[in-house]
Amino acid sequence: MTLDFFIQNFINAMQWGSFLALIAVGYTLVYGVLLLINFAHGDIFMVGAYTGYFIGTFLTNNFEIKLPFDLPSWVVIPLTIVATMFITALVGVAIERIAYRPLRNRGAHRLYLVITALMFGLLLEYGNLALLGASDRQFPNLFDKIIYSIGGITVTNIKIYVILLSFLIMGILWWIVQKTRWGMAMRAISYDRLAVPLMGISVDQIILFTFVLGSSMAALAGIMYGTAFPILRFNMGMLVGWQAFIAAVVGGIGSIRGAMVGGYILGFTQIFVAAFLPSTYRDLIAFVVLLLILAIKPTGLFGVPRRTKV
Amino acid sequence: MKIKMLFSIVSVLLVTAFFASACAAGGGDTIKIGINAEITGDKPKVGEQSKFAAEMYVKEINEAGGIDVGGKNYKLELIIEDNNATAEGAAAAANKLISQDNILAMVGPNPSNAAVPAGEVANNLETPMISPWSTNPNTTLNRPWVFRAPFLDPFQGPVVANFATNKFNATKACVLFDIASDYPKGLADNFKEAWEKLHGAGSVAKFESFTTGDQDFSAQLTSIKSSGCEVLFTPQYYQEVPLIVSQAKDLGLDVPIVGSDSWGDPQLLELCGSDCEGAYFSTHYVASGATGATKDFIDKYNVAYKYIPGDVAALTWDSMMLVTQAIKNCGKITGNLTDDRTCIRDGMAKIKDFDGITGKMTFDAQGDPIKCAVIVQIQKGEFIAYDSACP
Repeated sequence: MTLDFFIQNFINAMQWGSFLALIAVGYTLVYGVLLLINFAHGDIFMVGAYTGYFIGTFLTNNFEIKLPFDLPSWVVIPLTIVATMFITALVGVAIERIAYRPLRNRGAHRLYLVITALMFGLLLEYGNLALLGASDRQFPNLFDKIIYSIGGITVTNIKIYVILLSFLIMGILWWIVQKTRWGMAMRAISYDRLAVPLMGISVDQIILFTFVLGSSMAALAGIMYGTAFPILRFNMGMLVGWQAFIAAVVGGIGSIRGAMVGGYILGFTQIFVAAFLPSTYRDLIAFVVLLLILAIKPTGLFGVPRRTKV
Repeated sequence: MKIKMLFSIVSVLLVTAFFASACAAGGGDTIKIGINAEITGDKPKVGEQSKFAAEMYVKEINEAGGIDVGGKNYKLELIIEDNNATAEGAAAAANKLISQDNILAMVGPNPSNAAVPAGEVANNLETPMISPWSTNPNTTLNRPWVFRAPFLDPFQGPVVANFATNKFNATKACVLFDIASDYPKGLADNFKEAWEKLHGAGSVAKFESFTTGDQDFSAQLTSIKSSGCEVLFTPQYYQEVPLIVSQAKDLGLDVPIVGSDSWGDPQLLELCGSDCEGAYFSTHYVASGATGATKDFIDKYNVAYKYIPGDVAALTWDSMMLVTQAIKNCGKITGNLTDDRTCIRDGMAKIKDFDGITGKMTFDAQGDPIKCAVIVQIQKGEFIAYDSACP
């Protein structure tokens, strides 16, 4: 195999891994704070993509309701991103308020929360199907695609943006969790849930902040995913969501670094198996590799075994 | 439920009464053709188009004075039965049409789930049947009395293989398909077999697959690019085609991309935009840019029913024409049901180089048409008939 072929696949894997990592980080954030596997996260990502679709279509003047003027793309892009993040964060917070908090306050077992999350994910999916119908939608072109060819390697500007933005976002996230007071509170909750309120920190507020953070990340991932793969369907979040969840578990759920590494490991195995072996075996081999990692290190690569306090 | 049933019984009675009276009023000699259609159930649009096309055909023939069989003029008479788009409904409708209404030939049912059981009934009761729309091989398999108007999927693969060979002078092809879905999987296999027959073993350089729901095809397309294929065949639906086509372009894979009849959905044009411009695929029939008899049919249908007919309407029209041709080939109507049905079946099997609006066709021993498929090119956001590819 030539070097070109290898580098091309490396870039493909970087893009795919970035998506998985971004979504995996959302799972891990909520888990780290709440010890809750938020199975609705894949569908929040779908909500993000659809919100981005509606706002983007509206701002680029392709929607039924027209703006009286055309906006330049340097206005459209940040506006779409900010508005989508805001609305998706609201959805995430609404789910936490409607579904999780009442159960938590009644002291329900975490298992029920996980099942509620699963149900809420399905509710989002089929709510979308009922409201918007079964036909697929095309994500609007927020900016022009440029294709660069260097030797035998071809890269679009979208791919470059996706990879760079993902690193930037995950860097910012790491900074928030490690360096800010809010992040410190989040980490504190995950160490000792009972001691934190005694220090005068509102647990509910921190949880809300976690959901805002996780959902707006999902929104960003949704916009980037929509730009890279511009066909939206009501169940688009499910498959990607599950794969990202597995990536988060392999990386060690609860660890942000782990989710990133897990996402890229899964992305790289999937792409390279499909590139060098018959593509039929892609998922089979990819998930066997992940199973092996978990068999050797059951807590995931960066996971720390938790002791149950009695 | 009961009221609904009562309604359908009453309406069937009324329809029968209407036709009976029409027949009595018209007098003279008529040939009865049964329509076994999906008037109710989950595919009402299919049955509606099929029924409309058949009615339009009969009206036209009768206004022109009927058909000439052995020097005598016969009018056509339609007897329409609803099969509710179910297996039981189709078998019951076939039974009724054949045993009670004494039809000479049956057109329909359309979907395979209804056409397979109805074919069993027609074959057992020795009445010629033609399905306008069913592509499942089992509909006609080992049933000398059953025919069909569309091509089969094992036939479409070679059609595309031939087209791509001639059009692009290609000897090396790649295939990208969904391995978890029956239709793409079957058609991909058929294409591979046909291509290797034309160009020898190993001429399908890459046979890449993915699973339903995947949206990133970059790894498969990178492999395809490095293999030096001259054409890419992807028998996918409109959900995947736009992604495959645009990702291929992004990766600098600039070989022609060819598809199959699953591409022929208006949503494909909407979702694919300019990326699909110039791509080709095979299908039964194309409405826009049609010429000659096909265009006449579309215009007439559009005037009468206010919409552009889909492939099932065009294929029903052809089925009616095939039945008429079979009667003409038979050459005489004796009035003895068994003799006439046998004679029409033989006439149908004899049909050669028949000029239909969905193409020229000749039946093989199995009752499946050997016919050309339409090759459609996407031009300026429209399906344009480019060529017809023949086996």
